[in-house]
Amino acid sequence: MRRKSEIVALILAGGQGTRLGVLTEKIAKPAVPFGGKYRIIDFTLSNTVNSGIYTVGVLTQYRPHILSKHIGIGKPWDLDRKDGGVVILPPYQGNKESDWYKGTANAVYQNIEFVDQYEPEYVVILSGDHVYAMDYNDIIDFHISKDADGTIACMEVPLEEAHRFGIMVTEIDGKIVEFQEKPSEPKSNLASLGIYVFNWKFLRNILIEDEEDPNSSHDFGKDIIPKIVIGNLGKLYAFRFEGYWKDVGTIHSYWESNLELTRPLPPLNLYDPNWKFYTQTEEMPPAFIYKGAVAENSLVSEGCEIEGEVYDSVIFQGVRIEKGAVVRNSVVMTRSIISEGSVVENAIIAENVRIGKNVIIGKGEFRENELDPKVYNTIITVIGMDSIIPDNIKIGKNVVIGLEVRPEDFEGDEIPSGGYVLHRR
Amino acid sequence: MKILGLILAGGRGENLGVLVEKRASAAMPMFGKYRAIDFTLSNMVNSGIVKIGVMTQYNPRSLMDHLGSGKEWDLDRKNGGLFILQPYVSPEGNLWYRGTADAIYQNMTLLRRGEEDFVLIGSGDHIYKMDFTDLFKFHIQKGADITLMVKDLDESYDLTQYGIVEIDENYRILSIEEKPKEPKSKTAFLGVYFMNKYLLMDLLYSFVPHGGIDLLLDIIIPNLKKLKVYAYRFDGYWRNIKKSIEEYYRTNMDILDWKVREELFYRNGKVYTKLKDLPPPKFSGTASVENSLISDGAIITGTVRNSVIFRGVKIKAGAVVENSIIMEGSTVEEGAVVHNVIIDKDSVVREEKKVIGEKEILVFEKRAVI
Repeated sequence: MRRKSEIVALILAGGQGTRLGVLTEKIAKPAVPFGGKYRIIDFTLSNTVNSGIYTVGVLTQYRPHILSKHIGIGKPWDLDRKDGGVVILPPYQGNKESDWYKGTANAVYQNIEFVDQYEPEYVVILSGDHVYAMDYNDIIDFHISKDADGTIACMEVPLEEAHRFGIMVTEIDGKIVEFQEKPSEPKSNLASLGIYVFNWKFLRNILIEDEEDPNSSHDFGKDIIPKIVIGNLGKLYAFRFEGYWKDVGTIHSYWESNLELTRPLPPLNLYDPNWKFYTQTEEMPPAFIYKGAVAENSLVSEGCEIEGEVYDSVIFQGVRIEKGAVVRNSVVMTRSIISEGSVVENAIIAENVRIGKNVIIGKGEFRENELDPKVYNTIITVIGMDSIIPDNIKIGKNVVIGLEVRPEDFEGDEIPSGGYVLHRR
Repeated sequence: MKILGLILAGGRGENLGVLVEKRASAAMPMFGKYRAIDFTLSNMVNSGIVKIGVMTQYNPRSLMDHLGSGKEWDLDRKNGGLFILQPYVSPEGNLWYRGTADAIYQNMTLLRRGEEDFVLIGSGDHIYKMDFTDLFKFHIQKGADITLMVKDLDESYDLTQYGIVEIDENYRILSIEEKPKEPKSKTAFLGVYFMNKYLLMDLLYSFVPHGGIDLLLDIIIPNLKKLKVYAYRFDGYWRNIKKSIEEYYRTNMDILDWKVREELFYRNGKVYTKLKDLPPPKFSGTASVENSLISDGAIITGTVRNSVIFRGVKIKAGAVVENSIIMEGSTVEEGAVVHNVIIDKDSVVREEKKVIGEKEILVFEKRAVI
């Protein structure tokens, strides 16, 4: 017999995050590194424990290895507990037709038994894809005070961006009267943040009904919420969140949200002693800045050895920037090396990349990307993990270098803007 | 081979003045994020020792807070793990540890109960990095009763402050002189002992009840002829920070040299320490940092040169910090100038203040407001 938990949090962490291109080719979006030492899911996990919620299920599906290893038994978040704690919930095969998670709602449906064992009053459904600081007690209190069946956290977004979100039309007290999922003609700018509080009994019934519906794609935004609103099945409220929240879902927003942290007063405060973000990291010594080196407007994490110059960048743990190398407006992830004399601008360099000597990255005119212009459509050049860039190569803007690329994969010594190099197997 | 690790961490290290007013010397902050004891503790763990007793006595609060359950060293175990051994009152009336041998004697239960065959004894305030497995092999090959770790010291050490040993061509120790006025050699004992556990128990039972309270002076030195005591030579970086404030300062400054950093941080395993969950250090647009170690949670807006900056330190705009050690949580406010100074935890150097150590290093105690 398990101890009851009044609140159970479920973190949907199965998404691939296709618009992050090579960054999510091998890892799920929630496991993508962020902010010098964290991974994206750390923010949601830390929010749950900082809010006093200690029963957490993490629903994984796409490339879960790094994510599962990162979360482990939840030690860094104090989630290694006898009662509750964190449980990784991958899709499984049961004697009925359990299968891959077909949608976000189906993922929760398949874990009804997991939630039931705690007999919770409320469930908080969260996404492991977002970077934000939020005390879930605020939305839960709001939910209780409205006597709601479900409450959706939302934020006002610029009207021209509203088509990317689930949009709500509410009465003056926040009751939702209409819900549009990614509408071409949005009726408001109140966007859903993918953070839901439900009465568990209410949601449980809806999920079981929805599972029987052959026309449903079993998704919260597309199916569950519209059904509740249109069918008037329960009271749904919108909770207005006014803090920092970001879906770092595109290359540009990922890059920008990282660099935002280097500004004097960033909207996301990593340094708040009352709202710490926890992560699982390798033990490394403090960062070292050499004589003649520069570190300006940047985060430079533990284990870094900086001999060159770093401006306006986020440098993850264990990175080496050698003499004469210059890094600007870039994100350089764990254990990458920028060798002597190389210049890196407007780039995202994934983990364990080795940039050779006198390499130039990010110079030239913007050109449309030849590999996938839907994903790569800014000046940012992206280099996938474990790649080796040979000496003396010039790489332009909006270039993609895939994962595990080797020097022999390069033809010639210039990759012009918009170009790409992938590993030939 | 099963080995019990013992770390002597009870010493006050009175030479360190105000820095040890509120902590034992083994708990002295080192290199931005560590405590002195992390090195010996990590060395033991990295050498495969899973049961370690830490003998504390003087002001142990900060040391105990640091070690906790031993989680960071993977010592929160069902078998073995970390044991904090404090002096205690018993019906026999034992009280404070009177010396190293007495300290171990009073914790005989730990020796009696375990299934270990050997004991490795180290000190909590020595800074070095090594894999002890080579020393274990040496001990077996020599058929030694006791192996002591030694090192040839150069002129940067004051030989009259160390235990100086004489060794024959087979590495057998002929004599040990504690703090001699005229040292006979440059080889010093480094405070690391390795021996059979049952031999140690016999020696303690024989000598401690008759007033032999110091393991080296009262037990080993008088018995050098009877016991086969061998010297294992260590060639790496080694410093005893307890010796003086200058030694503590110099050791911290040594980390600015890549060779020392490489050896202490990246060779023979990692150095583990208590986690603090702080974000990466931030360098603002006006920051100028050179030849300095900067730890997590630090925010640098001013100038830092040749310094060791601990976790969560703030160096504000226009402040200049040079050749200094600024410990955790301290703030150097706008326009302040700090040269050749050690500033203990949670202190503040007020705006425009100038704190300059001329001939000597200036030391400011914990929570100082300057």
